[in-house]
Amino acid sequence: MDTTVTHNNSEGGTWSGGNQPLKASYGKLMMWFFIVSDALTFSGFLAAYGFSRFKFIDAWPIADEVFTHVPFVHGNFPMIYVAFMTFVLIMSSVTMVLAVDAGHHLKHKSVAFYMFLTIIGGIIFVGSQGWEWATFIKGDFGAVETKGGKILQFVDTEGNRLALADFAIEQASEREQHLGKNGIWYDKEATPTTYSIEEVKAGFAATPNALIRIQTLTEDGEKTVLSREASLAKLNKDGKQVVEGANLIHNEYGAPLFADFFFFITGFHGFHVFSGVLINIIIFFNVVLGTYERRGHYEMVEKVGLYWHFVDLVWVFVFTFFYLV
Amino acid sequence: MAHEHKLAIFRGTLKFKNNIQKIWGVLIFLTLVTAVEVVLGIYKPEFLIETTFIRMKLLNWIFIILTIVKAYYITWDFMHMRDEVKGLRRAVVWTGIFLICYLVFILLTEGDYIFEVYNNGFQSWDF
Repeated sequence: MDTTVTHNNSEGGTWSGGNQPLKASYGKLMMWFFIVSDALTFSGFLAAYGFSRFKFIDAWPIADEVFTHVPFVHGNFPMIYVAFMTFVLIMSSVTMVLAVDAGHHLKHKSVAFYMFLTIIGGIIFVGSQGWEWATFIKGDFGAVETKGGKILQFVDTEGNRLALADFAIEQASEREQHLGKNGIWYDKEATPTTYSIEEVKAGFAATPNALIRIQTLTEDGEKTVLSREASLAKLNKDGKQVVEGANLIHNEYGAPLFADFFFFITGFHGFHVFSGVLINIIIFFNVVLGTYERRGHYEMVEKVGLYWHFVDLVWVFVFTFFYLV
Repeated sequence: MAHEHKLAIFRGTLKFKNNIQKIWGVLIFLTLVTAVEVVLGIYKPEFLIETTFIRMKLLNWIFIILTIVKAYYITWDFMHMRDEVKGLRRAVVWTGIFLICYLVFILLTEGDYIFEVYNNGFQSWDF
């Protein structure tokens, strides 16, 4: 047994072990280690987003035009819902720190109560994030992608966005979706869009007040709108396919990279929130069962609290770089 | 484990009676900052968009600085960094800040260079 037992009989000697220069427990220090490394992971992602954005700085999508929806309400409300999500997360951070504080005073019941509120906050946040994703994937107005992979959007002469359904003329077509079961088995195509490119072209030609908006930004930071002649020429010469919504390959809002980074960074963050909720639930049950009361301290709550605040911290940066800047 | 908290924020200008009061105080401050960000983001005052400082709009500078302010108070008061010893504080914060600044500088410089290549090259990318 002697070899496996640590002796802490080296008081006084700074370098002989047994002292704690950082005055923090092993578990908390390890949590800080993890947080530093995870912070670097997230900064890697956000810096890569910045890299891609600087690469296409004159044609990047405008976040205010992308995230404009609020659940159950129609209309154009940029930022409102994401501000609500930010508030929910900060609020759940507050209930978490209240739980930690109650733990310091060994108040068993209030720790459980505040942990419960934190879990609820986390669930609301993840749900909102899911809704945000669904809205983004479903898309808004629809657009046309050019042969060069650029996105053409449609506006009327006043500058209001036109949805494809506003002007596309439906034509009879016998085109069917190519599935793996018919034709060559290893080759299949994605779900067809509501309107074909021919229908959009015909509808555009027949709508005199429709114009095309390209991705390039003007000096004022708005998207460039082409003249009627230039619009017709651009659509007929370069238009290749209709895009509705966003996925990893096509994105009706602009550069596909924008959608890729959106899915990746908010997805990775959402995954952190999700695992945070799971860990919080485990700790919650431990609190309720009295595990920490018997142990005599609530350090586990403190450790999961550190993680939870970190997730909030990351969101503050994601919010700035995806929705504000 | 001592559970003594430093109860003053804003470099000692605002002192709280106990830790719970401090938590709510910090929440109010963070909410205010977020509200300012959202209002600025919706209205986008023209003056802040037209003025640039080191090749970035003044508005974006404000957003980034406010974000760092929020990050500071989350780390210092919610994660109790204020109560940790100097060594732990520096080990975590300086390491992160240094590596992140380095990475951001390298990647943004490179991104800007590639933008110039796309922009000034003979190849057309818009077709």
